[in-house]
Amino acid sequence: MSTPLERDLIRQSAATLATAIAEGELSAREVTQAHLDRIWEVDDRVHAFLHVDAEGALATADAVDAGRAAGDPLGPLAGVPLALKDILAMKGVPTTCGSRILEGWRPPYDATVVERLRAAGIPILGKTNMDEFAMGSSTEHSAYGPTRNPWDLDRIPGGSGGGSAAAIAAFEAPLAIGTDTGGSIRQPAAVTGTVGVKPTYGGVSRYGLVALASSLDQAGPCARTVMDTALLHAAIGGYDPRDSTSIPDAMPDVVAAAARADVRGMRIGLVRELSGEGYQAGVEQRFREAVEILEHLGAEVVEVSCPHFEYALGAYYLILPSECSSNLARFDGMRYGLRVGDDGNASVEDVMSLTREAGFGPEVKRRVMLGTYALSSGYYDAYYGQAQKVRTLIQRDFDAAFAQCDVLISPTAPTTAFRIGEKVDDPLAMYLNDVATIPVNMAGNCAMSLPVGLAPEDSLPVGLQVMAPPMADDRLYLVGGALEGALLDRWGHLLIEEVPSL
Amino acid sequence: MSAPIPFADAIAEFEPVIGMEVHVELGTESKIFCGCPTGFGAPPNTQVCPVCLGLPGSMPVMNAMAIESTIRIGLALNCSIAEWCRMARKNYFYPDMPKDYQVSQYDEPLCVDGYLDVTVPTDDGPMVVRVGIERVHLEEDTGKLTHAGGATGRIHGADYSLVDYNRAGIPLVEIVTKPVTGTGALAPEVARAYVTELRDIMRGLGVSDVKMEEGSLRCDANVSLNLPGDEWGTRSETKNVNSLRSVERAVRSEIERQAGVLSSGGRVVQETRHFHEDTGTTTPGRSKEHAEDYRYFPEPDLVPIAPSREWVEELRASLPEQPSVRRGRLAEQWGVGEFEMATLVNAGVLDLVVETVAAGVAPDAARKWWAGEFTRIANESGVEPSALAVTPADIGRVEELIASGALNDKLARQVFEAVIAGEGTPDEVVAARGLAVVSDDGALLAAIDEALAAQPDVAEKIRGGKVQAAGAIVGAVMKSTRGQADAAKVRELLLERLGVSEG
Repeated sequence: MSTPLERDLIRQSAATLATAIAEGELSAREVTQAHLDRIWEVDDRVHAFLHVDAEGALATADAVDAGRAAGDPLGPLAGVPLALKDILAMKGVPTTCGSRILEGWRPPYDATVVERLRAAGIPILGKTNMDEFAMGSSTEHSAYGPTRNPWDLDRIPGGSGGGSAAAIAAFEAPLAIGTDTGGSIRQPAAVTGTVGVKPTYGGVSRYGLVALASSLDQAGPCARTVMDTALLHAAIGGYDPRDSTSIPDAMPDVVAAAARADVRGMRIGLVRELSGEGYQAGVEQRFREAVEILEHLGAEVVEVSCPHFEYALGAYYLILPSECSSNLARFDGMRYGLRVGDDGNASVEDVMSLTREAGFGPEVKRRVMLGTYALSSGYYDAYYGQAQKVRTLIQRDFDAAFAQCDVLISPTAPTTAFRIGEKVDDPLAMYLNDVATIPVNMAGNCAMSLPVGLAPEDSLPVGLQVMAPPMADDRLYLVGGALEGALLDRWGHLLIEEVPSL
Repeated sequence: MSAPIPFADAIAEFEPVIGMEVHVELGTESKIFCGCPTGFGAPPNTQVCPVCLGLPGSMPVMNAMAIESTIRIGLALNCSIAEWCRMARKNYFYPDMPKDYQVSQYDEPLCVDGYLDVTVPTDDGPMVVRVGIERVHLEEDTGKLTHAGGATGRIHGADYSLVDYNRAGIPLVEIVTKPVTGTGALAPEVARAYVTELRDIMRGLGVSDVKMEEGSLRCDANVSLNLPGDEWGTRSETKNVNSLRSVERAVRSEIERQAGVLSSGGRVVQETRHFHEDTGTTTPGRSKEHAEDYRYFPEPDLVPIAPSREWVEELRASLPEQPSVRRGRLAEQWGVGEFEMATLVNAGVLDLVVETVAAGVAPDAARKWWAGEFTRIANESGVEPSALAVTPADIGRVEELIASGALNDKLARQVFEAVIAGEGTPDEVVAARGLAVVSDDGALLAAIDEALAAQPDVAEKIRGGKVQAAGAIVGAVMKSTRGQADAAKVRELLLERLGVSEG
């Protein structure tokens, strides 16, 4: 006879599983194995994973079980498995960034995030699919084929971290790591009915995160509940001397905030510019209902204006390509990954060109060319320089808004999940998915997306975004935890329980 | 192609403008952005890690000692130190660069607007030339390429190339002068004196071992010519100038070449040129007619550098004695003039003299050997004097032998030549070659008589009171004794023999 916990093992929260492992109700091995089984069962349809490291994950799980047997203290997530976005270096495990150009590369080192996951006893199930080098909002730009949304396999799971979000939504893992340069954690969370946080820039080490745009990139936690997200955030966050942009100050206690889950007396700002035209009716409806709940929970909701947010997308698409044109220069076929055209006669320049021509997909080439142009002599001031000024203005908008409010809220994405193929040939339409998430990356503060219901017109998840000032990540969890609790009370279950079985 | 014209003619017609870009590898324990060691000569690709290999995901962390050294260099060159500046990425594809961009500095260098006074000897005495310093900035070195196959050792025509990334990420300081004008025929010497002085400053600061032959000090020499009153001409940028001597030769050769081009109605091409030690001339490298666009932008993986004023003042207060001040002190101690000191500096032997004096040799003797014999030997063999295989202890020993009368000056020179040629210590050379002053009066008198008999007319002149003619007989005796006699003793015996006395 199996217990209900064992039968529904993969549907449990990370916190529940960790407790069961710590108390000896479940072994880390059986938890890890159950998720590996689930991956074998459904991932041919979902395609969340690019690589599964069953051996490595089970070895970690066994170490946790052995440690427990020996009486070692276990970390709060010990034995709970995780899906890692394929943009983080993991020693000896293929790391492709969703690109052909890195096919076959096995890093000789661990990212700091991976080191911390290992130290926390978290088995890493494998590497998840993503838009190539994190450029995209649908995971359709992966060189290895798209990931599908567990809510509707014909739809996109968001991007660039669609693999991580889909893995969680399909119960292939209770936890995942994403990275967020313009919304790549939050928008996938929104369209898959899961939770995702972009921490404050500098709050989680970027060492070992293959850079898309260094001044915007931030790794962060993904899970199905606010508390699980907080536990993972705490496990990976904090100062790292190997990342010069890492913040030395102690990070706020996000787990305590998720447990407190209280918005009483909080002032919440509703960003006027992040609504209206372009936002799907069902998205706005669920968002408004969530606002009413927050008011009901004791928060004061006011409208604020951030007038420069409308320039954020344009400025972002100058800064990001500029930095990425430089960051991606190293993929030249000389040292690792793909090499094309080295026939013994071709010059170094030819081999570099042929390798990059064959190894990069169209979206990467588009952005590398945009960035090369924007940084060119004679254009730098007009493009990169001006974009940096816009960035300052966006920061000032946030400063002014946070002078009045504790947090700001908006819909995470203007629409629910669209169909695979619908926007892949229209870059501008694709870019607009991130219109509400980009300002936070530009300013360097933090934000969360959490599910607030299904849009009536298509029965697909809608995400709400909470934004907080830099190093006030705990406020995200106060608001997220309170809202999640109220919705749980209303529905009697988490939204993710409504995902169709695969 | 027009032929170069002789230097004197070139200078008679044209005015040279020179500028120097010097790269100095800092002698920090670890690399600029990671903990890898920086020692020279390790097997290829053994001093590397994910950071200096630029592996995907790796990130730089600034070496605080590299910043401190750069600021100290800036202060020693009388520069202003920026209150806030950033590193920048210089983007270009080349296989010696792990990231295909170099982390350098662009429009926000750490140190700006300084100067360095250098002294060059002229016929009218020493001349002080103030060389303006445009900027001093910090950057990372690239890997080292070795091109195999092909005739030139350059990338074009090579069968394949090997890359050693041990050097990638070694902190490098670039020191750029302002254009130096008005030096005329002295331009080559000013260039050399500047690099020499700079090297001495680096050495005094202890920031680098400044070994040109190992590439820890590398110099690019920029030269242009213009007619008096005209605007400055197009400049060339000569690379691969790997010794102090080559700095002078490269500038001289470029002046001769460009004068040849201009005199025949040609146009100087803006390009890099490679200096060749063997021929002392340059050949064309990369054209710079169409400036490459490096797409500089601030390095987002590093935080800005903001040295506090207090720290800068602390560093300023702890700077060592400036080489020029040190030279003044030494000149006073040794009792020599400015001209003499400038000669020692420009010959690159000042520190060698100091070491030799420290080993107990009299300053006059130490200076005489280094500025004279050793500099000549070094020039003839095309090496730096410091590379000669002669030690202060050798000089001390030879001086002892001279003082005891066992060697004379001429024999001492032979001893040193043999020591430098690797034949052993001075005592071993003396023994092996049988070098010793002939002090037996009988043997000398026999030689004198022989010489007098061979030149009876000279003997007659001396007897008649023309004492100055004695030199011919002394010379003949020295020749017949193969230099092993003491010339003063020969003269004394000769005059005694002929019954005359010194005027």
